[in-house]
Amino acid sequence: MPESIPENSVGIVKPQCLRFDEPLELRSGKQIDSYELMIETYGELNAARSNAVLICHALSGDHHAAGYHSEDDSKPGWWDTCIGPGKPIDTNHFFVVSLNNLGGCAGSTGPSSINPATGKFYGPDFPVVTVRDWVKSQARLADRLGIAQWAAVIGGSLGGMQVMRWAISYPQRLRHAVIIAAAPKLSAQNIAFNEVARQSITADPNFHDGRYLEFGTYPKKGVMLARMVGHITYLSDSAMRDKFGKEAETPNSANISGNFGRDLRTGQLSFGLNVDFQVESYLHYQGERFSERFDANTYLLMTKALDYFDPTVDYEGSLSKAFEKSDCRFLLMSFSSDWRFPPERSREIVNALLDAGKQVSYLEIEADQGHDAFLLPVPRYMDALHTYLQRVSDEVNA
Amino acid sequence: MRPDLDIIQHWIRPGSRVLDLGCGDGSLLEYLKIHRDVSEIGLEISPEKIQKCLARGVNVIEQDLNKSLANFKDKSFDTVLLTQTLQAVSYPDVLIDEMLRIGRNCIVTFPNFGHWRARLYLTTKGRMPVSNFMPYQWYNTPNIHFCTVRDFDVLCREKQIKIISRTVVDHLHQGRWRIKLWPNMLGETAIYHISR
Repeated sequence: MPESIPENSVGIVKPQCLRFDEPLELRSGKQIDSYELMIETYGELNAARSNAVLICHALSGDHHAAGYHSEDDSKPGWWDTCIGPGKPIDTNHFFVVSLNNLGGCAGSTGPSSINPATGKFYGPDFPVVTVRDWVKSQARLADRLGIAQWAAVIGGSLGGMQVMRWAISYPQRLRHAVIIAAAPKLSAQNIAFNEVARQSITADPNFHDGRYLEFGTYPKKGVMLARMVGHITYLSDSAMRDKFGKEAETPNSANISGNFGRDLRTGQLSFGLNVDFQVESYLHYQGERFSERFDANTYLLMTKALDYFDPTVDYEGSLSKAFEKSDCRFLLMSFSSDWRFPPERSREIVNALLDAGKQVSYLEIEADQGHDAFLLPVPRYMDALHTYLQRVSDEVNA
Repeated sequence: MRPDLDIIQHWIRPGSRVLDLGCGDGSLLEYLKIHRDVSEIGLEISPEKIQKCLARGVNVIEQDLNKSLANFKDKSFDTVLLTQTLQAVSYPDVLIDEMLRIGRNCIVTFPNFGHWRARLYLTTKGRMPVSNFMPYQWYNTPNIHFCTVRDFDVLCREKQIKIISRTVVDHLHQGRWRIKLWPNMLGETAIYHISR
């Protein structure tokens, strides 16, 4: 529990559930007849309805991006470092909208919801949703909220892919696209890691072909493993050395911990198959915690959405053609130690935008934390985002 | 506004797409946006200067001029600018070629090392010139490729670069008649408008 809610927090927030009864045609050819989206909003919509900002979440995120749900909450929303009064996404100036995407497991319709057609959990029958489908549902959310045009659509990682899709599919509906630590599409290596995660889940004996809820069980081990392998890809080698090398006696001058991050859990080796190193116990803990809150089928869906993302498919394989009709200004940022979506991947997007003659800014932020950096208060990253969005605010609140 | 930049703006077609190599704090691009309604991109590597560009609302890309500019397509910009940066890059000749590939026309400005004060300094003191305008010592200067107006003319001739216009100004950035007569002696800043 926070001692008291910090002044630059949006404070106690209440999620809302919005119901949509118009069928949503999906990329796969299937459709969802009706669905619910869980959202949170922070700040006030101005009279011109021009100061709305949409936050798109990444693989494991949800609608709870900032603030606390109650006084007893131990942690704020997942992007509380960025959203709040006086923060980069300043709720004194912006009306911030955050949602749990379709197929999610934090309240929006997804595999763990009841399928109205059968009266049972959707489970594996929940259709595969793509980034394009999400953005379509987000556009309907904008309609519902009376937002004709977002001041900015902002997202990191898989969230950044949604921002790209916004700029391609709804060019008139956003003024600024902020794409952080993203990639134009996954590489074979990215897909490979996702497949290991999926196999971990589906191979768990408690998975029951995705019908685990009907069996009253849960593939906990599989989700843990999936998260553990995912988590490794979010961190950098040097971040791990720092994090798990605290007991190094002689950190060398390059500020890399002298023991390569090999801190032991109990101070000695067990010479058995026990958890010997801190890093192992950390991964177990992360996996464990994640498996308690995240639905296995949702994890499978999210990784598929990542794998399938390729905005060039309708544009003869050309990303610059895909962006041809985009009308917004773009800000892209990447992080030096991110090896999941390294700076080169962001530069591919930047170059496509340059080829298309678009207005684009790009920053390569020096940061040790790997892909995770996009969620952390890296000073240069925070300053740049804050400054850029201040200009956006001046534009839309004028 | 640096007066050399004021001269430059008259060579920029309103509404054109402009690339500024080493755009610094973005002040030139901001000026051109306001006065020439250009669609701008600046390249810069200093985080502090990039931050200033963002504050001005100038599009800026973090990219090193000394590495490849191959990510820019042929003739993808109307004008490519290189102001007071030529002398600081690793391969000025390669960069000029790249500029002429990317832009329909280019503007290059540089401090003229052939100015009489630099010549006098070297002649009388026997040391590398240090002035208010070039305040660095030889060992810590970012300016690693000084040239004179005459040198640049020769480069253009060798590379068959067309000089659309050339202005040489003194520290007051005025192109007085004397400077027109002896540009390489009296001019402090050279401003070239070139194309292929």
